[in-house]
Amino acid sequence: MLRKILCGAGTLGASLFAATAAMAQDGPIKAPTVEQMAGMVDKGDTAWMLISSALVLMMSIPGLALFYGGLVRSKNMLSVCMQVFMIVSVAGLLWCCIGYTMAFTSAGSPFPMLFGGLSKAFLAGVDGTTYAATFSNNIYIPEFTFVVFQMTFAMITPALIVGAFAERVKFSGLLVFVVLWSIIVYYPMAHMVWYWAGPDFLVDAPTDAGYLWDMGALDFAGGTVVHINAGIAGLVGCLMIGKRKGYPSEPMPPHSLVMTMIGASLLWVGWFGFNAGSNLEANGVTGVAFINTMVATCAAAVSWSLIEQFHHGRASMLGAATGAVAGLVAITPASGFAAPMTSILLGFIVSPLCYFFVVKVKAMFKYDDSLDVFGVHCIGGIVGAIATGIVAAPSLGGQGVFDYYVFPAAFDASTYDIGAQVFKQIKAVLFTLVWSGVGSAILFFIIGKTIGLRPSEDDENQGLDITSHGERAYNM
Amino acid sequence: MKFIIAIIKPFKLDEVREALGAIGVAGMTVSEVKGFGRQKGQTEIYRGAEYSTNMLPKVKIEVAAADDLAPKIVETIQQVASTEAIGDGKIFVLDLASAVRIRTGESGDTAL
Repeated sequence: MLRKILCGAGTLGASLFAATAAMAQDGPIKAPTVEQMAGMVDKGDTAWMLISSALVLMMSIPGLALFYGGLVRSKNMLSVCMQVFMIVSVAGLLWCCIGYTMAFTSAGSPFPMLFGGLSKAFLAGVDGTTYAATFSNNIYIPEFTFVVFQMTFAMITPALIVGAFAERVKFSGLLVFVVLWSIIVYYPMAHMVWYWAGPDFLVDAPTDAGYLWDMGALDFAGGTVVHINAGIAGLVGCLMIGKRKGYPSEPMPPHSLVMTMIGASLLWVGWFGFNAGSNLEANGVTGVAFINTMVATCAAAVSWSLIEQFHHGRASMLGAATGAVAGLVAITPASGFAAPMTSILLGFIVSPLCYFFVVKVKAMFKYDDSLDVFGVHCIGGIVGAIATGIVAAPSLGGQGVFDYYVFPAAFDASTYDIGAQVFKQIKAVLFTLVWSGVGSAILFFIIGKTIGLRPSEDDENQGLDITSHGERAYNM
Repeated sequence: MKFIIAIIKPFKLDEVREALGAIGVAGMTVSEVKGFGRQKGQTEIYRGAEYSTNMLPKVKIEVAAADDLAPKIVETIQQVASTEAIGDGKIFVLDLASAVRIRTGESGDTAL
Protein backbone atom coordinates (compact mmCIF):
# COMPACT_ATOMS: atom_id res chain seq x y z
CA MET A 1 0.00 0.00 0.00
CA LEU A 2 2.32 2.32 0.47
CA ARG A 3 2.40 3.25 -2.73
CA LYS A 4 5.53 4.95 -3.32
CA ILE A 5 7.76 2.55 -4.24
CA LEU A 6 8.17 -0.44 -5.97
CA CYS A 7 11.04 -1.70 -6.65
CA GLY A 8 13.54 -4.05 -7.31
CA ALA A 9 15.78 -4.05 -10.06
CA GLY A 10 15.41 -7.76 -10.34
CA THR A 11 12.05 -9.27 -9.65
CA LEU A 12 10.02 -6.19 -9.64
CA GLY A 13 11.50 -4.68 -12.66
CA ALA A 14 10.96 -7.85 -14.61
CA SER A 15 7.32 -8.13 -13.69
CA LEU A 16 6.77 -4.48 -14.38
CA PHE A 17 8.05 -4.81 -17.90
CA ALA A 18 6.39 -8.13 -18.54
CA ALA A 19 3.11 -6.62 -17.55
CA THR A 20 3.53 -3.56 -19.64
CA ALA A 21 4.63 -5.58 -22.61
CA ALA A 22 1.48 -7.61 -22.40
CA MET A 23 -0.55 -4.48 -22.54
CA ALA A 24 0.07 -3.13 -25.94
CA GLN A 25 2.73 -3.11 -28.58
CA ASP A 26 3.26 0.60 -28.14
CA GLY A 27 4.11 0.31 -24.47
CA PRO A 28 2.04 1.18 -21.46
CA ILE A 29 -0.99 3.43 -21.75
CA LYS A 30 -0.84 6.68 -19.86
CA ALA A 31 -4.00 7.59 -17.92
CA PRO A 32 -6.06 4.60 -19.11
CA THR A 33 -9.84 4.83 -19.19
CA VAL A 34 -11.99 2.61 -16.98
CA GLU A 35 -12.67 0.42 -20.00
CA GLN A 36 -8.96 0.03 -20.63
CA MET A 37 -8.34 -0.66 -16.92
CA ALA A 38 -10.77 -3.56 -17.16
CA GLY A 39 -8.24 -5.28 -19.38
CA MET A 40 -5.40 -4.59 -16.94
CA VAL A 41 -6.72 -6.70 -14.07
CA ASP A 42 -5.10 -10.00 -13.19
CA LYS A 43 -7.07 -12.78 -11.52
CA GLY A 44 -4.02 -13.79 -9.49
CA ASP A 45 -3.60 -10.31 -8.04
CA THR A 46 -7.28 -10.09 -7.22
CA ALA A 47 -7.35 -13.49 -5.54
CA TRP A 48 -4.26 -12.68 -3.47
CA MET A 49 -5.67 -9.35 -2.34
CA LEU A 50 -8.97 -10.90 -1.25
CA ILE A 51 -7.11 -13.57 0.71
CA SER A 52 -4.87 -10.90 2.23
CA SER A 53 -7.91 -8.92 3.35
CA ALA A 54 -9.27 -11.95 5.17
CA LEU A 55 -5.83 -12.60 6.73
CA VAL A 56 -5.68 -9.06 8.10
CA LEU A 57 -9.16 -9.45 9.59
CA MET A 58 -7.90 -12.62 11.28
CA MET A 59 -5.13 -10.55 12.88
CA SER A 60 -7.75 -8.49 14.72
CA ILE A 61 -10.22 -11.24 15.46
CA PRO A 62 -9.33 -13.53 16.95
CA GLY A 63 -5.58 -12.77 16.84
CA LEU A 64 -5.29 -9.47 18.64
CA ALA A 65 -8.30 -10.20 20.87
CA LEU A 66 -6.63 -13.38 22.17
CA PHE A 67 -3.15 -11.85 22.36
CA TYR A 68 -4.49 -9.03 24.53
CA GLY A 69 -7.17 -11.11 26.27
CA GLY A 70 -4.70 -13.64 27.61
CA LEU A 71 -2.69 -10.84 29.21
CA VAL A 72 -5.48 -9.40 31.35
CA ARG A 73 -6.99 -10.86 34.48
CA SER A 74 -9.80 -13.36 33.88
CA LYS A 75 -12.43 -10.89 35.12
CA ASN A 76 -11.64 -8.60 32.17
CA MET A 77 -11.13 -11.17 29.42
CA LEU A 78 -14.42 -10.60 27.61
CA SER A 79 -14.18 -6.83 27.91
CA VAL A 80 -10.99 -6.87 25.85
CA CYS A 81 -12.41 -9.36 23.34
CA MET A 82 -15.59 -7.32 23.00
CA GLN A 83 -13.71 -4.03 22.62
CA VAL A 84 -11.66 -5.47 19.76
CA PHE A 85 -14.68 -7.16 18.17
CA MET A 86 -16.87 -4.07 18.30
CA ILE A 87 -14.11 -1.72 17.14
CA VAL A 88 -13.58 -3.96 14.11
CA SER A 89 -17.30 -3.89 13.34
CA VAL A 90 -17.78 -0.15 13.84
CA ALA A 91 -14.60 0.72 11.93
CA GLY A 92 -15.81 -1.36 8.98
CA LEU A 93 -19.08 0.57 8.79
CA LEU A 94 -17.35 3.89 9.19
CA TRP A 95 -14.87 3.00 6.47
CA CYS A 96 -17.69 2.57 3.94
CA CYS A 97 -19.45 5.76 5.02
CA ILE A 98 -16.57 8.20 5.13
CA GLY A 99 -13.24 6.47 5.70
CA TYR A 100 -12.46 5.33 2.19
CA THR A 101 -13.28 8.66 0.60
CA MET A 102 -11.31 10.59 3.23
CA ALA A 103 -8.27 8.37 2.78
CA PHE A 104 -8.19 7.56 -0.90
CA THR A 105 -9.55 10.49 -2.87
CA SER A 106 -8.31 14.04 -3.21
CA ALA A 107 -10.89 15.85 -5.34
CA GLY A 108 -13.00 18.39 -3.50
CA SER A 109 -10.86 18.44 -0.37
CA PRO A 110 -9.89 21.86 1.01
CA PHE A 111 -6.52 20.36 2.01
CA PRO A 112 -5.88 17.55 -0.47
CA MET A 113 -2.43 16.83 0.98
CA LEU A 114 -3.93 16.16 4.43
CA PHE A 115 -7.20 14.34 3.73
CA GLY A 116 -9.48 13.45 0.86
CA GLY A 117 -12.83 14.82 -0.26
CA LEU A 118 -16.30 13.34 -0.03
CA SER A 119 -16.70 12.23 -3.64
CA LYS A 120 -16.78 8.55 -2.65
CA ALA A 121 -18.70 8.95 0.62
CA PHE A 122 -20.93 5.91 1.17
CA LEU A 123 -18.87 4.33 -1.61
CA ALA A 124 -20.57 6.48 -4.21
CA GLY A 125 -19.26 5.73 -7.67
CA VAL A 126 -17.48 2.56 -6.57
CA ASP A 127 -18.85 -0.61 -8.12
CA GLY A 128 -17.80 -3.93 -9.60
CA THR A 129 -16.42 -2.22 -12.69
CA THR A 130 -14.17 0.40 -11.13
CA TYR A 131 -10.49 -0.15 -10.41
CA ALA A 132 -7.72 0.88 -8.08
CA ALA A 133 -4.09 1.42 -9.07
CA THR A 134 -1.20 -0.76 -7.90
CA PHE A 135 2.51 0.06 -7.98
CA SER A 136 2.98 -1.06 -11.57
CA ASN A 137 2.04 0.82 -14.70
CA ASN A 138 -1.13 -0.55 -16.25
CA ILE A 139 -1.84 -3.07 -13.49
CA TYR A 140 -5.15 -2.60 -11.67
CA ILE A 141 -7.19 -4.43 -9.08
CA PRO A 142 -10.97 -4.21 -8.65
CA GLU A 143 -11.73 -1.19 -6.48
CA PHE A 144 -13.91 -3.13 -4.02
CA THR A 145 -10.95 -5.41 -3.42
CA PHE A 146 -8.84 -2.38 -2.56
CA VAL A 147 -11.62 -0.87 -0.43
CA VAL A 148 -11.99 -4.01 1.66
CA PHE A 149 -8.24 -4.57 1.98
CA GLN A 150 -7.74 -1.05 3.28
CA MET A 151 -10.80 -1.45 5.48
CA THR A 152 -9.08 -4.20 7.45
CA PHE A 153 -6.25 -1.77 8.27
CA ALA A 154 -8.73 0.83 9.48
CA MET A 155 -10.19 -1.93 11.70
CA ILE A 156 -7.03 -3.20 13.36
CA THR A 157 -5.37 0.17 14.01
CA PRO A 158 -7.88 1.51 16.57
CA ALA A 159 -8.19 -1.99 18.02
CA LEU A 160 -4.46 -1.96 18.80
CA ILE A 161 -4.91 1.07 21.05
CA VAL A 162 -7.13 -0.64 23.63
CA GLY A 163 -4.25 -2.63 25.07
CA ALA A 164 -2.76 0.52 26.58
CA PHE A 165 -5.72 1.11 28.89
CA ALA A 166 -7.13 -2.40 29.15
CA GLU A 167 -9.08 -3.36 32.30
CA ARG A 168 -10.22 0.19 33.08
CA VAL A 169 -12.02 1.87 30.18
CA LYS A 170 -15.67 2.69 29.76
CA PHE A 171 -17.09 0.86 26.75
CA SER A 172 -19.30 3.68 25.44
CA GLY A 173 -16.59 6.31 25.80
CA LEU A 174 -14.13 4.04 24.02
CA LEU A 175 -16.39 3.51 21.01
CA VAL A 176 -17.05 7.23 20.64
CA PHE A 177 -13.30 7.78 20.84
CA VAL A 178 -12.70 5.20 18.10
CA VAL A 179 -15.19 6.82 15.74
CA LEU A 180 -13.75 10.32 16.21
CA TRP A 181 -10.15 9.12 16.22
CA SER A 182 -10.68 7.30 12.92
CA ILE A 183 -12.03 10.45 11.31
CA ILE A 184 -9.63 12.97 12.78
CA VAL A 185 -6.44 10.95 13.09
CA TYR A 186 -6.47 7.70 11.11
CA TYR A 187 -8.05 8.64 7.77
CA PRO A 188 -5.85 11.71 7.35
CA MET A 189 -2.75 9.67 8.28
CA ALA A 190 -3.65 6.96 5.78
CA HIS A 191 -4.26 9.66 3.18
CA MET A 192 -1.00 11.47 3.85
CA VAL A 193 1.11 8.33 3.68
CA TRP A 194 -0.67 6.13 1.15
CA TYR A 195 -2.67 8.31 -1.20
CA TRP A 196 -1.22 9.12 -4.59
CA ALA A 197 -2.60 9.43 -8.09
CA GLY A 198 -1.14 6.09 -9.18
CA PRO A 199 1.65 5.19 -11.59
CA ASP A 200 -0.34 5.94 -14.74
CA PHE A 201 -1.58 9.34 -13.56
CA LEU A 202 1.04 10.90 -11.31
CA VAL A 203 3.16 12.17 -14.17
CA ASP A 204 0.32 14.48 -15.25
CA ALA A 205 -0.63 15.41 -11.70
CA PRO A 206 2.64 15.36 -9.77
CA THR A 207 1.23 17.05 -6.70
CA ASP A 208 -1.78 14.72 -6.37
CA ALA A 209 -0.49 12.78 -3.39
CA GLY A 210 -0.65 12.81 0.38
CA TYR A 211 1.75 15.03 2.33
CA LEU A 212 4.13 12.31 3.56
CA TRP A 213 4.00 10.35 0.29
CA ASP A 214 4.88 13.51 -1.54
CA MET A 215 7.76 14.11 0.84
CA GLY A 216 9.13 10.70 -0.14
CA ALA A 217 8.67 8.92 3.20
CA LEU A 218 8.62 5.14 2.81
CA ASP A 219 6.09 3.03 4.69
CA PHE A 220 5.38 -0.21 2.91
CA ALA A 221 2.62 -1.60 5.10
CA GLY A 222 1.90 0.81 7.91
CA GLY A 223 4.72 1.47 10.35
CA THR A 224 3.64 5.08 10.72
CA VAL A 225 -0.05 4.86 9.80
CA VAL A 226 -0.79 1.81 11.92
CA HIS A 227 1.82 1.18 14.60
CA ILE A 228 3.29 4.54 15.57
CA ASN A 229 -0.15 6.05 15.15
CA ALA A 230 -1.85 3.53 17.45
CA GLY A 231 1.12 3.30 19.81
CA ILE A 232 1.28 6.99 20.64
CA ALA A 233 -2.52 7.17 20.91
CA GLY A 234 -2.28 4.34 23.43
CA LEU A 235 0.37 6.13 25.48
CA VAL A 236 -1.67 9.33 25.56
CA GLY A 237 -4.76 7.29 26.50
CA CYS A 238 -3.13 5.43 29.38
CA LEU A 239 -1.73 8.70 30.76
CA MET A 240 -5.07 10.51 30.54
CA ILE A 241 -7.28 7.65 31.73
CA GLY A 242 -4.90 6.90 34.59
CA LYS A 243 -3.55 3.75 36.16
CA ARG A 244 -5.55 0.68 37.01
CA LYS A 245 -6.62 0.59 40.62
CA GLY A 246 -3.89 -1.14 42.57
CA TYR A 247 -1.21 -0.71 39.91
CA PRO A 248 1.66 -1.38 40.41
CA SER A 249 1.46 -2.62 44.04
CA GLU A 250 -1.12 -5.33 43.40
CA PRO A 251 -0.04 -8.30 41.28
CA MET A 252 -1.83 -8.41 37.92
CA PRO A 253 -0.42 -11.47 36.20
CA PRO A 254 -1.76 -12.54 32.77
CA HIS A 255 -4.64 -15.00 33.11
CA SER A 256 -3.76 -17.22 30.15
CA LEU A 257 -0.50 -17.11 28.28
CA VAL A 258 -1.75 -19.97 26.13
CA MET A 259 -4.32 -17.57 24.66
CA THR A 260 -1.60 -14.99 24.24
CA MET A 261 0.55 -17.50 22.38
CA ILE A 262 -2.34 -18.46 20.09
CA GLY A 263 -3.11 -14.79 19.50
CA ALA A 264 0.50 -13.91 18.70
CA SER A 265 0.69 -16.83 16.29
CA LEU A 266 -2.49 -15.76 14.51
CA LEU A 267 -1.03 -12.27 14.26
CA TRP A 268 2.11 -13.70 12.70
CA VAL A 269 0.17 -15.69 10.10
CA GLY A 270 -2.23 -12.84 9.38
CA TRP A 271 0.65 -10.41 9.02
CA PHE A 272 1.57 -11.97 5.67
CA GLY A 273 -1.67 -10.50 4.35
CA PHE A 274 -0.82 -7.21 6.01
CA ASN A 275 2.74 -6.89 4.67
CA ALA A 276 2.88 -8.99 1.51
CA GLY A 277 -0.67 -7.94 0.67
CA SER A 278 0.40 -4.31 0.88
CA ASN A 279 2.13 -4.79 -2.45
CA LEU A 280 -1.37 -4.89 -4.00
CA GLU A 281 -0.14 -7.43 -6.56
CA ALA A 282 1.08 -11.01 -6.41
CA ASN A 283 4.58 -10.72 -7.84
CA GLY A 284 8.24 -10.78 -6.91
CA VAL A 285 8.02 -7.93 -4.44
CA THR A 286 5.18 -9.72 -2.72
CA GLY A 287 7.59 -12.59 -2.19
CA VAL A 288 10.21 -10.17 -0.87
CA ALA A 289 7.76 -8.74 1.67
CA PHE A 290 6.63 -12.23 2.64
CA ILE A 291 10.05 -13.68 3.41
CA ASN A 292 11.19 -10.48 5.15
CA THR A 293 8.12 -10.66 7.40
CA MET A 294 8.92 -14.28 8.20
CA VAL A 295 12.58 -13.93 9.09
CA ALA A 296 12.49 -10.58 10.91
CA THR A 297 9.90 -12.11 13.23
CA CYS A 298 12.01 -15.20 13.86
CA ALA A 299 14.99 -13.00 14.70
CA ALA A 300 13.04 -10.76 17.07
CA ALA A 301 11.53 -13.75 18.92
CA VAL A 302 15.00 -15.24 19.34
CA SER A 303 16.59 -12.00 20.49
CA TRP A 304 13.87 -11.26 23.08
CA SER A 305 14.30 -14.78 24.44
CA LEU A 306 18.07 -14.36 24.60
CA ILE A 307 17.72 -11.11 26.55
CA GLU A 308 15.42 -12.78 29.07
CA GLN A 309 17.76 -15.73 29.36
CA PHE A 310 20.62 -13.41 30.25
CA HIS A 311 18.60 -10.98 32.35
CA HIS A 312 16.42 -13.38 34.35
CA GLY A 313 17.98 -16.76 33.67
CA ARG A 314 14.82 -18.08 31.98
CA ALA A 315 13.30 -17.41 28.57
CA SER A 316 9.51 -17.05 28.78
CA MET A 317 6.72 -17.84 26.33
CA LEU A 318 5.35 -14.33 26.85
CA GLY A 319 8.74 -12.91 25.98
CA ALA A 320 9.01 -14.93 22.77
CA ALA A 321 5.48 -13.89 21.72
CA THR A 322 6.19 -10.26 22.55
CA GLY A 323 9.45 -10.36 20.62
CA ALA A 324 7.68 -11.85 17.61
CA VAL A 325 5.13 -9.03 17.61
CA ALA A 326 7.91 -6.44 17.96
CA GLY A 327 9.62 -8.00 14.96
CA LEU A 328 6.41 -7.95 12.94
CA VAL A 329 5.88 -4.30 13.79
CA ALA A 330 9.45 -3.33 12.91
CA ILE A 331 9.49 -5.09 9.55
CA THR A 332 6.10 -3.67 8.53
CA PRO A 333 7.33 -0.39 6.98
CA ALA A 334 10.42 -2.10 5.57
CA SER A 335 8.88 -5.37 4.39
CA GLY A 336 8.81 -4.62 0.67
CA PHE A 337 12.11 -2.72 0.69
CA ALA A 338 14.56 -4.78 2.73
CA ALA A 339 16.40 -8.00 1.93
CA PRO A 340 16.04 -11.11 4.13
CA MET A 341 19.42 -10.73 5.82
CA THR A 342 18.91 -7.05 6.64
CA SER A 343 15.42 -7.96 7.89
CA ILE A 344 17.02 -10.44 10.26
CA LEU A 345 19.33 -7.71 11.58
CA LEU A 346 16.34 -5.43 12.05
CA GLY A 347 14.54 -8.18 13.96
CA PHE A 348 17.54 -8.74 16.23
CA ILE A 349 17.81 -5.03 17.01
CA VAL A 350 14.16 -4.22 17.64
CA SER A 351 13.63 -6.60 20.57
CA PRO A 352 16.28 -5.12 22.89
CA LEU A 353 14.97 -1.62 22.22
CA CYS A 354 11.34 -2.59 22.90
CA TYR A 355 12.46 -4.63 25.92
CA PHE A 356 14.18 -1.56 27.31
CA PHE A 357 11.00 0.49 27.03
CA VAL A 358 8.68 -2.24 28.32
CA VAL A 359 10.83 -3.26 31.28
CA LYS A 360 12.88 -0.18 32.19
CA VAL A 361 11.30 3.01 30.85
CA LYS A 362 7.77 2.02 31.90
CA ALA A 363 8.96 1.31 35.44
CA MET A 364 11.01 4.51 35.52
CA PHE A 365 8.13 6.79 34.53
CA LYS A 366 5.45 4.68 36.23
CA TYR A 367 2.81 4.86 33.49
CA ASP A 368 0.37 1.96 33.24
CA ASP A 369 0.55 0.96 29.57
CA SER A 370 -1.13 -2.30 30.56
CA LEU A 371 -0.30 -4.43 27.53
CA ASP A 372 2.67 -2.41 26.26
CA VAL A 373 1.11 -0.86 23.19
CA PHE A 374 3.56 2.02 23.36
CA GLY A 375 6.59 -0.08 24.24
CA VAL A 376 6.03 -2.62 21.47
CA HIS A 377 4.00 -0.92 18.72
CA CYS A 378 5.16 2.67 18.93
CA ILE A 379 8.82 1.94 19.68
CA GLY A 380 8.93 -1.01 17.27
CA GLY A 381 7.24 1.14 14.65
CA ILE A 382 9.74 3.97 15.10
CA VAL A 383 12.69 1.58 14.89
CA GLY A 384 11.24 0.03 11.73
CA ALA A 385 10.32 3.32 10.10
CA ILE A 386 13.78 4.79 10.54
CA ALA A 387 15.56 1.55 9.63
CA THR A 388 13.51 1.40 6.43
CA GLY A 389 15.58 4.29 5.11
CA ILE A 390 18.68 2.14 5.55
CA VAL A 391 17.55 -1.34 4.54
CA ALA A 392 15.83 -0.10 1.37
CA ALA A 393 19.21 0.91 -0.04
CA PRO A 394 20.10 -1.11 -3.15
CA SER A 395 23.72 -1.07 -1.95
CA LEU A 396 22.60 -3.18 1.02
CA GLY A 397 20.54 -5.55 -1.11
CA GLY A 398 17.38 -3.46 -0.64
CA GLN A 399 14.78 -2.86 -3.27
CA GLY A 400 15.35 0.88 -3.73
CA VAL A 401 12.72 3.30 -4.88
CA PHE A 402 10.93 3.70 -8.18
CA ASP A 403 10.58 7.06 -9.81
CA TYR A 404 6.89 7.51 -10.55
CA TYR A 405 7.28 11.08 -11.71
CA VAL A 406 8.16 9.78 -15.13
CA PHE A 407 6.11 7.52 -17.37
CA PRO A 408 6.56 4.63 -17.41
CA ALA A 409 8.02 4.40 -13.90
CA ALA A 410 11.80 4.28 -13.88
CA PHE A 411 14.29 2.70 -11.55
CA ASP A 412 17.83 3.87 -10.92
CA ALA A 413 19.62 2.25 -7.99
CA SER A 414 22.42 4.80 -8.03
CA THR A 415 20.16 7.68 -6.98
CA TYR A 416 19.33 6.17 -3.59
CA ASP A 417 20.73 8.30 -0.76
CA ILE A 418 20.57 6.60 2.65
CA GLY A 419 21.20 9.76 4.66
CA ALA A 420 18.53 11.77 2.87
CA GLN A 421 16.04 8.91 3.10
CA VAL A 422 16.64 8.38 6.83
CA PHE A 423 16.08 12.08 7.35
CA LYS A 424 12.71 11.84 5.55
CA GLN A 425 11.82 8.79 7.63
CA ILE A 426 12.58 10.66 10.87
CA LYS A 427 10.45 13.58 9.72
CA ALA A 428 7.57 11.23 8.97
CA VAL A 429 7.94 9.61 12.41
CA LEU A 430 7.91 12.96 14.20
CA PHE A 431 4.97 14.16 12.15
CA THR A 432 2.99 11.02 13.04
CA LEU A 433 3.83 11.30 16.74
CA VAL A 434 2.62 14.89 16.83
CA TRP A 435 -0.47 14.40 14.64
CA SER A 436 -1.71 11.36 16.51
CA GLY A 437 -0.45 12.43 19.93
CA VAL A 438 -2.13 15.82 19.83
CA GLY A 439 -5.29 14.59 18.09
CA SER A 440 -5.68 11.74 20.57
CA ALA A 441 -5.08 14.01 23.57
CA ILE A 442 -7.80 16.41 22.46
CA LEU A 443 -10.28 13.57 21.89
CA PHE A 444 -9.53 11.84 25.19
CA PHE A 445 -9.90 15.15 26.99
CA ILE A 446 -13.27 16.00 25.44
CA ILE A 447 -14.70 12.51 25.85
CA GLY A 448 -13.36 12.27 29.38
CA LYS A 449 -15.18 15.47 30.31
CA THR A 450 -18.47 14.49 28.64
CA ILE A 451 -19.30 10.80 28.28
CA GLY A 452 -16.47 9.69 30.55
CA LEU A 453 -13.71 7.21 29.89
CA ARG A 454 -13.55 5.36 33.16
CA PRO A 455 -15.95 2.96 34.85
CA SER A 456 -16.69 3.36 38.56
CA GLU A 457 -14.17 2.01 41.07
CA ASP A 458 -16.55 -0.74 42.12
CA ASP A 459 -17.10 -1.81 38.53
CA GLU A 460 -13.39 -1.89 37.92
CA ASN A 461 -12.80 -3.98 41.05
CA GLN A 462 -15.50 -6.42 40.13
CA GLY A 463 -14.20 -6.71 36.59
CA LEU A 464 -15.51 -5.27 33.36
CA ASP A 465 -16.86 -8.57 32.02
CA ILE A 466 -19.71 -8.62 34.48
CA THR A 467 -20.16 -4.88 34.97
CA SER A 468 -19.87 -3.70 31.35
CA HIS A 469 -21.12 -6.72 29.47
CA GLY A 470 -23.13 -8.83 31.95
CA GLU A 471 -21.28 -12.07 31.32
CA ARG A 472 -18.28 -14.07 32.44
CA ALA A 473 -15.52 -15.51 30.28
CA TYR A 474 -15.32 -18.74 32.23
CA ASN A 475 -18.24 -20.42 33.96
CA MET A 476 -16.78 -23.41 35.75
CA MET B 1 -14.14 -42.61 63.73
CA LYS B 2 -11.39 -40.32 62.53
CA PHE B 3 -11.34 -37.68 59.84
CA ILE B 4 -7.95 -37.39 58.16
CA ILE B 5 -6.91 -34.36 56.17
CA ALA B 6 -3.64 -34.56 54.26
CA ILE B 7 -2.02 -31.75 52.29
CA ILE B 8 0.46 -33.22 49.83
CA LYS B 9 2.44 -32.34 46.72
CA PRO B 10 0.17 -32.64 43.67
CA PHE B 11 2.31 -35.12 41.80
CA LYS B 12 2.15 -37.57 44.76
CA LEU B 13 -1.62 -37.95 44.49
CA ASP B 14 -1.75 -41.07 42.31
CA GLU B 15 0.79 -42.93 44.43
CA VAL B 16 -1.06 -42.06 47.63
CA ARG B 17 -4.39 -43.07 46.17
CA GLU B 18 -2.99 -46.48 45.13
CA ALA B 19 -1.31 -47.09 48.46
CA LEU B 20 -4.47 -46.21 50.39
CA GLY B 21 -6.54 -48.45 48.10
CA ALA B 22 -4.16 -51.29 48.91
CA ILE B 23 -4.75 -51.01 52.67
CA GLY B 24 -8.52 -51.00 52.28
CA VAL B 25 -9.55 -47.36 52.08
CA ALA B 26 -12.82 -47.35 50.14
CA GLY B 27 -13.17 -43.65 49.35
CA MET B 28 -11.67 -40.19 49.60
CA THR B 29 -12.26 -36.62 48.55
CA VAL B 30 -9.57 -34.68 46.71
CA SER B 31 -9.30 -30.97 46.01
CA GLU B 32 -6.74 -28.66 44.46
CA VAL B 33 -5.74 -26.06 47.02
CA LYS B 34 -3.15 -23.34 47.51
CA GLY B 35 -1.28 -22.43 50.64
CA PHE B 36 2.02 -21.75 52.23
CA GLY B 37 4.24 -23.19 54.89
CA ARG B 38 7.97 -23.27 55.23
CA GLN B 39 8.55 -23.84 51.54
CA LYS B 40 9.67 -20.71 49.71
CA GLY B 41 7.39 -19.25 47.03
CA GLN B 42 8.26 -18.95 43.36
CA THR B 43 9.06 -15.83 41.38
CA GLU B 44 7.10 -15.23 38.20
CA ILE B 45 8.25 -12.60 35.70
CA TYR B 46 5.94 -11.14 33.06
CA ARG B 47 7.68 -8.67 30.73
CA GLY B 48 9.95 -7.65 33.56
CA ALA B 49 7.21 -7.30 36.20
CA GLU B 50 8.17 -9.67 39.00
CA TYR B 51 5.55 -11.28 41.18
CA SER B 52 6.56 -13.53 44.04
CA THR B 53 3.86 -16.05 44.72
CA ASN B 54 3.91 -17.34 48.28
CA MET B 55 0.85 -19.52 47.74
CA LEU B 56 1.86 -22.81 46.20
CA PRO B 57 -0.45 -25.36 44.65
CA LYS B 58 -1.07 -28.48 46.75
CA VAL B 59 -3.58 -31.31 46.82
CA LYS B 60 -5.83 -31.85 49.83
CA ILE B 61 -7.04 -35.37 50.55
CA GLU B 62 -9.88 -36.03 52.99
CA VAL B 63 -10.56 -39.52 54.28
CA ALA B 64 -13.03 -40.67 56.92
CA ALA B 65 -11.97 -43.95 58.53
CA ALA B 66 -12.75 -46.31 61.38
CA ASP B 67 -10.60 -45.83 64.48
CA ASP B 68 -8.54 -48.97 63.91
CA LEU B 69 -7.64 -48.12 60.30
CA ALA B 70 -6.74 -44.45 60.90
CA PRO B 71 -3.14 -44.91 62.17
CA LYS B 72 -2.38 -47.12 59.16
CA ILE B 73 -3.70 -44.49 56.82
CA VAL B 74 -1.64 -41.74 58.42
CA GLU B 75 1.48 -43.87 58.28
CA THR B 76 0.88 -44.80 54.64
CA ILE B 77 0.32 -41.24 53.50
CA GLN B 78 3.36 -40.06 55.42
CA GLN B 79 5.60 -42.66 53.82
CA VAL B 80 4.27 -42.45 50.27
CA ALA B 81 3.94 -38.68 50.01
CA SER B 82 7.36 -37.94 51.44
CA THR B 83 10.17 -36.67 49.25
CA GLU B 84 12.17 -35.66 52.32
CA ALA B 85 12.09 -32.05 51.16
CA ILE B 86 10.44 -28.93 52.51
CA GLY B 87 6.92 -28.58 51.15
CA ASP B 88 5.88 -32.25 51.39
CA GLY B 89 2.81 -31.17 53.36
CA LYS B 90 1.00 -32.09 56.58
CA ILE B 91 -1.49 -34.62 57.90
CA PHE B 92 -4.20 -33.68 60.38
CA VAL B 93 -6.36 -36.16 62.25
CA LEU B 94 -9.68 -35.13 63.78
CA ASP B 95 -12.28 -37.02 65.81
CA LEU B 96 -15.34 -37.61 63.70
CA ALA B 97 -18.68 -37.41 65.49
CA SER B 98 -20.85 -39.12 62.91
CA ALA B 99 -21.15 -40.20 59.29
CA VAL B 100 -24.27 -40.94 57.25
CA ARG B 101 -24.58 -42.65 53.87
CA ILE B 102 -27.11 -40.54 52.03
CA ARG B 103 -28.53 -43.31 49.82
CA THR B 104 -29.46 -45.69 52.64
CA GLY B 105 -29.42 -43.60 55.77
CA GLU B 106 -26.90 -45.97 57.42
CA SER B 107 -24.70 -44.27 59.98
CA GLY B 108 -21.46 -44.88 61.89
CA ASP B 109 -18.70 -47.20 60.62
CA THR B 110 -21.00 -48.91 58.16
CA ALA B 111 -21.53 -45.63 56.35
CA LEU B 112 -17.83 -45.28 55.52
